[in-house]
Amino acid sequence: MTDKLELVCPAGTPASLKAAVDSGADVVYLGFRDETNARNFPGLNFSRDELREGLAYAHQRNAHVYVAINTFPEAGNPDPWRKAVDDAATIGVDAVILADIGLADYAAQTHPDLRRHLSVQASASNPEAIKFYTEAFGVKRVVLPRVLTLPEIAALNKEIDVETEVFVFGGLCVMAEGRCALSSYATGESPNMSGVCSPASHVRYEDEGDRMVSRLGEFTINAFEPDEKAGYPTLCKGRFVTEDQAKYLFEEPTSLNAADMLPELMEAGVTALKIEGRQRGRAYIGQVVAAFRKAVDAAAEGQKVKVDLTAVTEGQQKTSGAYEKTWR
Amino acid sequence: MSKIQTPRLAMGPVLFNWKPEFWRDFYFRIADEAPVDTVYVGEVVCSKRSPFYEPYIADVVERLLAADKKVILSTLALIMNKREMDSVREIAGADDLMVEANDVSAVALLKGKPHAVGPFVNVYNEGTLAYLARNGATRVCLPVELSAESIAALSQNSDVELEVQVFGRLPLAVSARCYHARTHNLAKDNCQFVCDKDPDGLDLDTLDGEPFLAVNGIQTMSYTYCNMIGDLDLLKSSGVKHFRLSPHTGDMVKVAQAFQETLAGKISVEEADDIIAGEIDDMPVSNGYLHGKEGVRLEGTLAE
Repeated sequence: MTDKLELVCPAGTPASLKAAVDSGADVVYLGFRDETNARNFPGLNFSRDELREGLAYAHQRNAHVYVAINTFPEAGNPDPWRKAVDDAATIGVDAVILADIGLADYAAQTHPDLRRHLSVQASASNPEAIKFYTEAFGVKRVVLPRVLTLPEIAALNKEIDVETEVFVFGGLCVMAEGRCALSSYATGESPNMSGVCSPASHVRYEDEGDRMVSRLGEFTINAFEPDEKAGYPTLCKGRFVTEDQAKYLFEEPTSLNAADMLPELMEAGVTALKIEGRQRGRAYIGQVVAAFRKAVDAAAEGQKVKVDLTAVTEGQQKTSGAYEKTWR
Repeated sequence: MSKIQTPRLAMGPVLFNWKPEFWRDFYFRIADEAPVDTVYVGEVVCSKRSPFYEPYIADVVERLLAADKKVILSTLALIMNKREMDSVREIAGADDLMVEANDVSAVALLKGKPHAVGPFVNVYNEGTLAYLARNGATRVCLPVELSAESIAALSQNSDVELEVQVFGRLPLAVSARCYHARTHNLAKDNCQFVCDKDPDGLDLDTLDGEPFLAVNGIQTMSYTYCNMIGDLDLLKSSGVKHFRLSPHTGDMVKVAQAFQETLAGKISVEEADDIIAGEIDDMPVSNGYLHGKEGVRLEGTLAE
């Protein structure tokens, strides 16, 4: 049973970091501006100097900063990833979030005092896998993959001796994280190798008069009526045909919202809640963080708070994802 | 550690939900006729499938061993509950046969004894490969995304024998969700084992009718069949020691023979490619990842 959940919030820019801290984030997580993190988008992420300034801003306001170095280092080119770990340690961040076994080993050997968390990209979904990372590399917290139900999370927490962090709001991977090559099959670039999924550089929208088609690489991911809003062609959120039926086979164009489940997550022994969205603007970050700040504080008091985020999620479908077994 | 001079062929685990007798007879025939050195046996994709063919596993293993095949027991890629964890624990406890870890949990359970690591464990770089070698891995089948350049960098400073899938639909993703069940509007818990309708996977098309992917229960695969028959020299020079053929319903003995005879210089790449095409009904093939491109692409000799 957790007394109070830690609120871990995303930042893709210094402005978002400030918005998150000012809105009540306990922790801000972010990445360096290169392929070492899983949100390697143009115009996003932090230089070393920006991290130093952001860290000072957060620490002055009693918030922590975690740095995600959660892609898999390229064979023959370990330096960018090692340097990211070295610099995070030197700058004095509160934790690094790692996915690769080799890099976790490097961090444990080289910077034993640097707190290490296991990224969702490591896909550690069971007690033996989690024990491996805690025993081998002294990992203090595991971000759980978005494949587990609430009862499975509760059962897992009873078997392991390490903090767990779960996603509560934002984008939703429907495949086991870190184990999906769909994007690279179509575009040559994957979350594991390049830190991008369904990259914008490979996206095209084509107006065919009676419909707007969205493509990723050579493949049609979805098609929309002229009066419909054309969604971004994230591969696993597209419409495809199996057995002569067109549908959102993998997942609807939806995002995760488990705001109603905070008491159950506390009961299940979860330590921290994570909000997805380092690619989001500061206004969005501010609103979402503020709403969850209220909800987390209320849940700690045993009270209920209705999390109203219609302003930022207008028109978007929401799901509680894998936390409920019916999702499967 | 013994250094293998010429690469050997390996028959990967059956990834599809085959009828138990079909599954057994497939392995019997591989034991009797296929020029492969290693054969993987065991469920990788869905824990609900294995009870059906479990009664035949002992017979299959015995037949393969009698035919002088090296048998490696494969394990599940995605482990989410106690029942699945217990089944992997049991297999990892086998002391007479080598076991292939397809999840980090199995890597942990196999610590300290020689074992194989499968393509569902993320081995992208030398640091990870070296760590797994210290943990006991002697042979690693690499993730499908890796380029020849990356494979060469991995093989350069390692004694671990590297394996690459050279034939068959590519395993691209696994999920907690079952897409076969979803296709048939069924819940995963009441799936009626509909994945057995598609012994090579269920084709998935785009809205424009273009074939794109293939569904195999909780697994998503490529529509194209990986075929690296034109890349054998590139693979050899990159340090690959074992070439994995992933089973399909076409005649895998003929596919294995085509690879073996090409490696031995007895037939040309074009002749081998014709044989392979005949066994997969002329389905489109790909090898893009090996060439550092989109996985769907066909590059090199076969593209010319």
